[in-house]
Amino acid sequence: MNLKIKVNGEDWVLDVAPADTLLDVLRERIGTKSPKIGCERGDCGSCTIFMDGRTVRSCLILAVEADDHEITTVEGISYDGISELQTLFLEKNSFQCGFCTPGIVLSATELLEHNPNPTRHDVQEALAGNLCRCTGYEPIIDAVLAAGEGGSE
Amino acid sequence: MTVEYPFEAEPEDAELKTVGTPVVRIDGLDKISGAAQFVDDIDFGPGLLHAAIVESPYAYAKIISIDTSKAEAAKGVVRVATGKDFPYKFGMYMEDRYIFAQDYVRFVGEQVAGVVARSHREAVQAAKLIEVEYEVLTPLLDPRGAVAEGADLIHPDLDNYTHVPWFFPKADTNIAHWRKIRKGDTEKAFAEADYVLEDTYFVPRYAHCAIEPHVTVSKFDYSDRLTVWTASQSPHTQRHLFAEALAPLGLTHKDVRVITPYVGGGFGGKAGVSMEIMGAALATLVKGRPVKLRWTREQEFYNTYQRQGVVAELKVGVMNDGEITAVEHKLYWDAGAYVEYGANVVNAAGLSATGPYRVPNITNDSLCIYTNLPPGGPYRGFGYSEFHFGLESHMDRIAMAIGMDAVEFRRKNAIVEGDELAYGASMNPSGMLEAIDKTAAAINWGVEEESDNPNTVIGKGMALFWKAPAMPPNSSSASFLKFNEDGSINITVSGMELGQGYLTVMAQIAGEVLSVPVGKIRVETPDTDRNPYEWQTVASHVTWSSGLAVEKAAIEARGKIFDVIHQVYGYEDDSLYLEDEAVKCRTDASFSKPLREFVIDGIQTEDGTWRGGPIVASGKFMPEFTNANSDPETGQGGHPNVHYTVGATGVVLEIDKETGRIWVRKAALAVDAGRAINPDLVNGQITGGLVQGLATVLYEDMRFDEGGKMLNPTFTDYKIPTAFDIPDEIIPIIVEVPQPDGPFGARGVGEHTMIGAAPVIANAVYNALGVRIKSMPITQEKVAMAIIEKSEECAE
Repeated sequence: MNLKIKVNGEDWVLDVAPADTLLDVLRERIGTKSPKIGCERGDCGSCTIFMDGRTVRSCLILAVEADDHEITTVEGISYDGISELQTLFLEKNSFQCGFCTPGIVLSATELLEHNPNPTRHDVQEALAGNLCRCTGYEPIIDAVLAAGEGGSE
Repeated sequence: MTVEYPFEAEPEDAELKTVGTPVVRIDGLDKISGAAQFVDDIDFGPGLLHAAIVESPYAYAKIISIDTSKAEAAKGVVRVATGKDFPYKFGMYMEDRYIFAQDYVRFVGEQVAGVVARSHREAVQAAKLIEVEYEVLTPLLDPRGAVAEGADLIHPDLDNYTHVPWFFPKADTNIAHWRKIRKGDTEKAFAEADYVLEDTYFVPRYAHCAIEPHVTVSKFDYSDRLTVWTASQSPHTQRHLFAEALAPLGLTHKDVRVITPYVGGGFGGKAGVSMEIMGAALATLVKGRPVKLRWTREQEFYNTYQRQGVVAELKVGVMNDGEITAVEHKLYWDAGAYVEYGANVVNAAGLSATGPYRVPNITNDSLCIYTNLPPGGPYRGFGYSEFHFGLESHMDRIAMAIGMDAVEFRRKNAIVEGDELAYGASMNPSGMLEAIDKTAAAINWGVEEESDNPNTVIGKGMALFWKAPAMPPNSSSASFLKFNEDGSINITVSGMELGQGYLTVMAQIAGEVLSVPVGKIRVETPDTDRNPYEWQTVASHVTWSSGLAVEKAAIEARGKIFDVIHQVYGYEDDSLYLEDEAVKCRTDASFSKPLREFVIDGIQTEDGTWRGGPIVASGKFMPEFTNANSDPETGQGGHPNVHYTVGATGVVLEIDKETGRIWVRKAALAVDAGRAINPDLVNGQITGGLVQGLATVLYEDMRFDEGGKMLNPTFTDYKIPTAFDIPDEIIPIIVEVPQPDGPFGARGVGEHTMIGAAPVIANAVYNALGVRIKSMPITQEKVAMAIIEKSEECAE
């Protein structure tokens, strides 16, 4: 099946199988590796991407459903240098192994776009679909709250 | 007996510029930008093949026949293999496992056959076509049942298995190892004690749940080289076990290369060798083609190492003044179908099952028992998380029974430097008392708090912890260091960056010695062809052990730098020092020679010739003071552990009196890091480890049916914490009583931070409600039921 898709600003036309997930196509056909395979059933959030500016789990979306849509991953938002939020992730050690980080950066970015001054509860809610086994979440929440308060000191 | 530390570290009074500072992680930009490459992110081109594994649906069965013909004929299939292709054993500490099952399967999920196909989908489809006929046997699922008189033998050949010398299997039983400690006279001490408490505690199995599943890509090329890219904590140990297991195919160590990029979480689950051996073996059948084997989340739960369950029978005797006089701890470990790694968890726990207390009379029995559940193995805490649940619950109960404050009781008995350990050696310097006091202060211990909500009550708890690295006595670390033209440095080591910040810490140690900022140091992830040896990244030992190897390499490089300066300028080596990336001289304040001017090209002398050349160095460390030669019947005589790291955990929680719902309002954790090379990273370990530990007591619960099949192998049914499921406040406390042989005084803290989490909740629940829960997890349901039971008892 034909798939026309824009990924991180670049247009792609691909022939995909009906059962191919968007995650598989992004990783194996387009070479965009930041969305990760963690559970393949929408539980862990490590495959989170932006589809038309909103976060979705790319393991739960068939590639053909993304036809004519625009995808952004963490590579896309890092292209012209890292964002203020990403800088805060660095400063506050908001990651350890880094496997869940691309998804978490996107979920937090989406939150801040819609709610520039989130509360701790808002941040917890926005991140509740992204599992992290290393950090205990606290340093991630700190970074997002700091970004909300006007960013890096 | 005091330990003599043969290695002179940097002077402790030296003014430090990099060590002890919260420098930004050197792997940070990689990880927040999406650049970090994990095994599954590496491209292998169109030749890549995919493997799928046929697994046993039965916990215990005899294999009657395997028919692979339909799978072999299926579309896309390149090769099918079964146990007949690889009649080879492997194992970390005990060779009790085959690459693929031979005559019997011993747990649900055990690998029976493998399919290699052109696509993942085709491999999975073909695996379903393999027909296996089994004679189903009755599984043994309970460890105490498996050691009962007349129980079936899961491994009848146990007596013939190869194992390390400090294991003591019992022939014709299901006991794969029995670690005994006999010290003093417990019988007499219990008879003379003013108070004795005896009870049994239950700890189930747990899953690591690293977010990255196990994945391995193996290629056996036309020159008979085996290269394995793998998500592993143990590249050199994997190479060694691959080379040993596949030796019948003619492979030697130099023919095997293991490459380990970033790992998406380990927690012990990616230590040693588990599913990787199948990928390596299958690759030898399809020469020239890389083969990828990636576990699904379900397999991640039921077919990697699981944390072993334990039934702990504990008896402790005390005097009225609070002095502990005797401990008898009998640990029945549900070690699973294969114990090649898990038996060492049992061993470690047995050596230290008194907890961090001074105990004159000890009887420890730690039994590694085969059951028909998935293989047990290493998990952050390595047996200590498990036995501390009962032990630290028990300590609270004893303090209460003799009318003593639970913190005062622990302070009185806490083991301190010079006290004799269970196996006869001497305790290392430790900041336990400082950790207790700071933790107690952080939660306002001793001050009762009332909830504003009439439906809830507040409870407080404390628990201590300790843990030693569990390693073979000769496990070692090594490092290579080289300078580049601009004065920057590349370091190769073979410890793994699992998220803890290891690479950054190694850069800080080298940077401190060589006066080079961390931003100019690259520390590379392992490739066994070029990086020097490291045993494994486990046991919370790499900051200490690999850190010492890096420190030694840096010291060697510094010596070579000074030699060049001496040759050219005549200054004596001992008058030279490094500062701000330059060599300076104490006797000539005007002298300053930047490193970048000579560490590759050397220095030109007056006659036009050059001196020096590329500065390269190496370092190694082996703990030469340890040995595992103890008496099997008493455990006395050896020095199996290098040192212990200690600390304390405290919580304030709020509980709904009707529903049993628990909110952790505040959690404090103090750990003695010796010296925090990077305080931010230590705080990261405290926060992450504490939350992982709290999850084992509050949320996670591995369930099996009566046939031994795991019922909840998904994140939907096995709940790990989300961003909502954390304490309202976490207070990390770093204590720094230096480890005499540590790099700049450092010792490991990674695993320790989860050890106190389970008992501290049990103790706080008791404090709040007056109910004592003696089995993990302490779920809302269990608390609610205990409340009902208690009110019924009161009503009667």
